[in-house]
Amino acid sequence: MTHAPMEKLARATPRPVARRISGLSDRAIAWIFVAPSIFLLLAVNIFPLIWTVRLSFTDYRVNRPNRDVEWVGLRNYERILTDDGIWATMQATAHFLIWTLVLQVLIGFALAFLINRKFRGSDLWTTAIVLPMMLSPAVVGNFWTFLYQPQIGLFNYAIGFLTGADPASFSMIGDVALAPWAIIIADTWMWTPFVMLICLAGLRSIPESIYEAAECDRASKWRQFWTITIPMALPFLMLAVLFRGIENFKMFDLVVQLTGGGPGNTTTLTSIDLKREAFERWRTGYSSAYAVILFVTVFGLASIYVKALNKVKER
Amino acid sequence: MSFSVTAPSPAARWIAGLLVALYAIVTLLPLAWIIATGFKSPADAIAYPPKVLFEPSLEGYVNLFTTRTRIAEADFAALPPPGTWYEEIVRDQGMVIAGPSRYGERFLNSVIIGFGSTALCMVLGTAAAYAFSRFRVPLKDDLMFFILSTRMMPPIAVAIPIFLMFRQIGLNDTHLGMILLYTAVNLSLSVWLLKGFIDEIPVEYEEAALIDGYTRFQAFRKVVLPQAATGIASTAIFCLIFAWNEYAFAVLLTSGTAQTAPPFIPTIIGTGGKDWPAVAAGATIFLVPVMVFTILLRKHLLRGITFGAVRK
Amino acid sequence: MNARVMTSAAAGALLAAAASSPALSEDLTLCWAAWDPANALVELSKDFEAASGHSMSFEFVPWPNFADRMLNELNSGGQLCDLMIGDSQWIGGGAESGHYVKLNDFFDAEGITMDDFIPATVTGYSEWPKGTPNYWALPAFGDVVGWTYRKDWFERPEIQAAFQEEYGRDLGVPATLEELKDIAQFFQGREIDGTTVYGAAIYTERGSEGITMGVTNALYNYGFEYENPETPYDLEGFVNSPGAVAGLEYYKELYDTATPPGASNWYMAEDIDAYKSGQVALQMNFAFIWPGVEADPNVGGGKSGYFANPPGPAGQFAQLGGQGISVVAYSQKQDAALEYIKWFAQPKIQARWWELGGYSALKAVVEDPGFADSQPYAQTFLDSMAIVKDFWAEPAYADLLLAMQEKVHDYVVAGNGTAQEALDGLVEEWTVIFEDEGKI
Repeated sequence: MTHAPMEKLARATPRPVARRISGLSDRAIAWIFVAPSIFLLLAVNIFPLIWTVRLSFTDYRVNRPNRDVEWVGLRNYERILTDDGIWATMQATAHFLIWTLVLQVLIGFALAFLINRKFRGSDLWTTAIVLPMMLSPAVVGNFWTFLYQPQIGLFNYAIGFLTGADPASFSMIGDVALAPWAIIIADTWMWTPFVMLICLAGLRSIPESIYEAAECDRASKWRQFWTITIPMALPFLMLAVLFRGIENFKMFDLVVQLTGGGPGNTTTLTSIDLKREAFERWRTGYSSAYAVILFVTVFGLASIYVKALNKVKER
Repeated sequence: MSFSVTAPSPAARWIAGLLVALYAIVTLLPLAWIIATGFKSPADAIAYPPKVLFEPSLEGYVNLFTTRTRIAEADFAALPPPGTWYEEIVRDQGMVIAGPSRYGERFLNSVIIGFGSTALCMVLGTAAAYAFSRFRVPLKDDLMFFILSTRMMPPIAVAIPIFLMFRQIGLNDTHLGMILLYTAVNLSLSVWLLKGFIDEIPVEYEEAALIDGYTRFQAFRKVVLPQAATGIASTAIFCLIFAWNEYAFAVLLTSGTAQTAPPFIPTIIGTGGKDWPAVAAGATIFLVPVMVFTILLRKHLLRGITFGAVRK
Repeated sequence: MNARVMTSAAAGALLAAAASSPALSEDLTLCWAAWDPANALVELSKDFEAASGHSMSFEFVPWPNFADRMLNELNSGGQLCDLMIGDSQWIGGGAESGHYVKLNDFFDAEGITMDDFIPATVTGYSEWPKGTPNYWALPAFGDVVGWTYRKDWFERPEIQAAFQEEYGRDLGVPATLEELKDIAQFFQGREIDGTTVYGAAIYTERGSEGITMGVTNALYNYGFEYENPETPYDLEGFVNSPGAVAGLEYYKELYDTATPPGASNWYMAEDIDAYKSGQVALQMNFAFIWPGVEADPNVGGGKSGYFANPPGPAGQFAQLGGQGISVVAYSQKQDAALEYIKWFAQPKIQARWWELGGYSALKAVVEDPGFADSQPYAQTFLDSMAIVKDFWAEPAYADLLLAMQEKVHDYVVAGNGTAQEALDGLVEEWTVIFEDEGKI
């Protein structure tokens, strides 16, 4: 609003003067444009991070405001790294991570490959397939507990219908052997479309001319698939793995709603364990150290992976 | 499409179409089950064995929006006949309506926080992306990577200091606090995406505008923004989906006033047991807005989910 | 209905007149779990609104999230709740961390005495430290774990005959936990009306407090004790006594042989669903569900019976549930909140509370001659309230509970290790917690 008279004035004045009146210098604009974002990120991301690191050397507990806070040095880190329970949750997380990635990449790539045949109605089906990933993971997790109920749920009856097994003869959530797969199935159901979309982009980025050249050379379809399609789509596949990997390393909402970490600690992923330490036991210092360790882990793994990804891209 | 030696044969297409359709049907089954459960009566929802065919009922939706209570039998008998259809449904369960439920408020909170943070994020993100794209910002690459890396933190890990900080400055359980938090989380994605979009707009357009006497700011507003509109829209969709569905921060940092729907929906409870039809109804209603957006903006989905790494 | 509103309005008017402070109309928020009694309280509170001029808002959170969410609220010094009907085990933390307002002076001034309430509820819901006359809450809702059974199935001649043949005794309310297991195993997998049914729905939930609230009913009766009665916090040989081990093994056997498949993460709501949908013959659950069971079209109206947790070799106890109502120290409206408690403590209101399905803890209500016959479950409620025992109510209760949830679930449901190992591990973890707390 206040700009209007200024603009009029500016238009009536020779150019260099106009700039000085209503236009800020480029440098000033750059700062004005970037500063709020940086400020917000500093306040909500970086400052808390530094605070976390600081807290991780103390025995602070939020629910004991009256207690003196002591510096405990590296004791929190020591306790975490020597705790068998935490290694068990790391293993559970790794199992979850690896299998969701394998399944989602295989199914997602296969789907993308099929959709890329451009059959009639492929757009419609693609949109339909994408729907599960638009849901709230917490709501999905909650609803899958219902689907997995042996007596009243859909899942066991569907399996029973297909295999002839008695629906009541197995329990996806209750069985130690099946529960890790229960969370993998739910996550795969939800996120395969994500991998599919990225793969689809990868496949569509391959120029038609390469296949035409291969066709002239009489290369078999099978050979074309392995020498053209896979290498060309690989960077995209790796990208999909990176994003899903980071997301599933952080996994909390879906699994906490689905199994609550049980049976026993079978599906207690690191985020669930961390939540218990931080917001149920209120061992703030200890869980801060835990958070720092997780951050270093994910950051380290991601950096290594990104380097590998860049190498593949350069080829 | 022009003839090509590499185009798949009709048979191959047909098989591909069949397989994809088959997958789509299987994958939509759970979703269909959720929606169908919303229209079951509580008894049908937990029927043993499960019921595929059932008499549709609006009990789930009524229960979603009301709280109900039992009253003493004598009082119940003395009540005047129900005045509305939803009252009648509640009476049929042997109960009376005690008041509205919290679902409406939670949904509204989701709207305020989801759209508020998305709007703020677009304003800040577009500005920052423009600056990164057009000017020499010191330490640009480092800053960009730093912005991205903030998204790698598990939310629970970040939540500890945020919880302490919000408590200290009174942002706990406020709309503003959640809007700022979601904006910060989404900002990394937005800046990356938007920088990609703005990079694609030829600099010559602005230069021409500057020569015509526009100031830098005018050039940004009148030349760059319209060009970047679709990019901004598709970025916004991803910010919105995240803020709309987010659970971990919401469950830890909000309670009475600013709680959004995702932590609320799984906790809907009926008489004694879980009210699955109401849960399903809540989930269905909650899905509708993002579903509509997804269908409208499906062409732009790809770029958003890949942090802009995939073009077109 | 009108008559009742009139009387309660009159009572409220008297109350308002008695309050000397100028009647400022406030909007009070009461926080509790989301369950049937809470809805009844909304109905009941309409009388308070009419009488006092204050308005009431409610924040109800379902059980699996209740402790999490509300303790988070208290620990962050939140002002959401003016009144908190907090779980019995929070009282230590509520008192020691200053979350709750101490009510002794208020009780004295208003002539409310704890002698008027069931002793177990006073100890369980109001006192901290336990056994001392320091009150942080008014007993609001008496609750205890008990059993519900399918009376209609129990009464069928063919089922009775089959049971008689198999066990050599009549099928009826079990006199011991062993008998309960027999009955549950008897029903497990049996065909009734064309569907396969199962024995018992019991608590097995992992995430909050479920399995602990269930397993203790077996542990107590087989000889588990929280600590040496002579030396506080002396756990070794009490938590993991041979009796406690037998009790834990009992619970596992019950889980393995007499519960529906998939009952691995069940708490109140899932148990009710299983029972109402006709999957099980027996259900372990808190007494609060009984009014809902009676009113249920499938299993209510005389089809269900109720009994207190049966005795084991070491005696008869039942896990205490229930809550007291406290004033939150961070509230800006403490006067109005106290007014609510004063209103709630009136015998007339307490009687109506019972009528609406709320388990009053007021002696005048439960000792009324008509009480035991007023509902089919009333006598069972009284019997059960007489044998209650509660989990730790220490400020460190959440740590103690998490440790127990993990150890017990890992043994009973996941099937890892032995009962002895689970309880030894529990002693170890609890000892560390008490050491950290500076109690040992």
